[in-house]
Amino acid sequence: MIRLEKRPEASQLMSYASPLIAIVLMLIGGLLLFAFLGKNPIEGFKVFFINPISDLYGVSELLLKATPLMLIAVGLAVGFRANVWNIGAEGQLIVGGIAASAVALYFYESEGIHILILMVIAGAIGGMLWAAIPAFLKTRFNTNEILVSLMLVYVAQLLVSWLVHGPMMDPDGFNFPQSRMFEDPALLPLLSDENRLNFAFVMAIGALLVGYVFMYRSFAGFQMQVAGYAKDAARYAGFSAKRMIWIGLLSGGGMAGLAGMSEVAGPMGQLTEHVSNNYGFAAIIVAFVARLNPVGIFFASLLMALLYLGGEQAQQYLALPSSISNVFQGMLLMFLLGSDVFINYRIRWKEATA
Amino acid sequence: MDSSILSSILFATIVAGTPLIIVALGQLIAEKSGVLNLGAEGMMAMGAIAGFAVTLHSGNPWLGVLAGMAAGIAMSFIFAVVVLTLMANQVASGLALSILGVGLSAFIGKPYESEILPTVGAIRIPLLADLPIIGDALFNQQALVYFSWALFAGITWFLYRSRPGLILRAVGESPSSAHSIGYHAIKIRYLATLFGGAMAGVGGAFLSVFYTPLWVEGMVSGRGWIAIALVVFATWRPFRVLVGAYLFGGVMVVQLFVQGSGLEINIPSQFLSALPYLATIVVLVIISRDQNTVRLNAPVSLGQPFRPEA
Repeated sequence: MIRLEKRPEASQLMSYASPLIAIVLMLIGGLLLFAFLGKNPIEGFKVFFINPISDLYGVSELLLKATPLMLIAVGLAVGFRANVWNIGAEGQLIVGGIAASAVALYFYESEGIHILILMVIAGAIGGMLWAAIPAFLKTRFNTNEILVSLMLVYVAQLLVSWLVHGPMMDPDGFNFPQSRMFEDPALLPLLSDENRLNFAFVMAIGALLVGYVFMYRSFAGFQMQVAGYAKDAARYAGFSAKRMIWIGLLSGGGMAGLAGMSEVAGPMGQLTEHVSNNYGFAAIIVAFVARLNPVGIFFASLLMALLYLGGEQAQQYLALPSSISNVFQGMLLMFLLGSDVFINYRIRWKEATA
Repeated sequence: MDSSILSSILFATIVAGTPLIIVALGQLIAEKSGVLNLGAEGMMAMGAIAGFAVTLHSGNPWLGVLAGMAAGIAMSFIFAVVVLTLMANQVASGLALSILGVGLSAFIGKPYESEILPTVGAIRIPLLADLPIIGDALFNQQALVYFSWALFAGITWFLYRSRPGLILRAVGESPSSAHSIGYHAIKIRYLATLFGGAMAGVGGAFLSVFYTPLWVEGMVSGRGWIAIALVVFATWRPFRVLVGAYLFGGVMVVQLFVQGSGLEINIPSQFLSALPYLATIVVLVIISRDQNTVRLNAPVSLGQPFRPEA
């Protein structure tokens, strides 16, 4: 009989190995899924995981998709480390995108670098404002931040829907629910002429570095880490729980808002109802798979971006709905959480007679 | 106000509140055993597509409800293995279940997006249904509406009047004490979690088979999360779940009537659609302001993993 036995101490090795185990299990799950759907599993695997990055343009698209994920995940990780559960990054992204678009439209037909700078600031502030609602309600009334931040996702989706159907609709757009296309001064500069990768990728790398310094080299980051491991110890040491809640939610919100800005000023070039492609939720998975570590977030974002691109390929070449990406994402997180048991426990085979 | 309008608002409120009652009561049982499953949204979505697909193919809505129930149980079983046997974090695992369920339902449901099911007739209770205003709303309803009332009565009896209910609550308060006097805490948590999943599946199937009756990706639109919020709002008491669900049902239908009333009200529809979500936040704030009520009523071990010392 199989039995779980508590390890004397947590296994360092397993805490790094379990994301890899989860990825392998996800791939096996994917092969079975393709087979179950009557597709050749090997062919499906190739279309989903290899084709998207088989040329340089594909790799640039991978980095483009990974950019918002990196931004959001590093912001969320700051809060998750202190058990501040901001689940509403999707909504914060949308509001950030709205704020940045408002700046872009306000400066329509004018020039200058200040437009982009203001868009960055507006995006981050928009996301922070949306995250400030659960932070305020949590610190003031002790309201559950998970449910509040999540409810605000739906509100944000309705808000953007109203704006692109109303005040921010393109006046020359034949009533399509979308804003004007932004002009060049409101678009992030491309990194090369060959592809769509833009300056947001540089911001994302910068955010990962800043996140790393905050988490591992700052006192506030240390406090939040302590609070995550042992709430009572943190309180005994006099660390302010309210301050951590604010930092945790605002960093996630700000980064998500920035991601919203990078979408409207990047690949989309306008505000539509579909500002986000579920990035806010996918980034939660990224943060977990990455063990809330910025280096891990870099790689986990690439993996998650590959799942997005694979879904698009599967739609095109295998006639499967692109929501297959979400299936892979959900499987990955589930497998990860399951295999994490081996960090603290090990398997013992016991005689059946016992 | 015209009494026929009042009557139809009441009717629609009861219908809109019904899936919330079913799902929230299921979650209530799981939470009473100490398991917080944030995957209700995903389980509902799977219940909705399973119920829709089976009803479409079989032509029998009751097979559809059973299929929805089975899908909910299957989803909650995954969750139970991960959090109860493998002792994973309940918050993260519940989220994963929501993401998985919403994604998987969209994936499975793609071919069904243009289909429509025939409307299922209501069950009319003679005499009572002839009462003015409340007659139709209460006694000329879908079978699952009556089911939700039976569920409420059954769960109230189970929790407060039956021995298994007492054991369930004991496990939720202190799994180690319950374990030490010989109850199998993990097994009880498994059963409670599966029951929560079953009810989430039925609630989802109600949406796609009886309420709309069609399948659209994302059609659960937060009802699973609202059901979880309802349990907190109700401070884990079944009667308040019932009241809360109808309050939310009322908020959900009010916008339809405002839009359909022909009144010259200059409010964009999106603002009205946001009302249920805003109402959820408001009630959560009201209930959580008073920490003592929440602390006194919340199962003590809610969300905590338990592992018997072998």
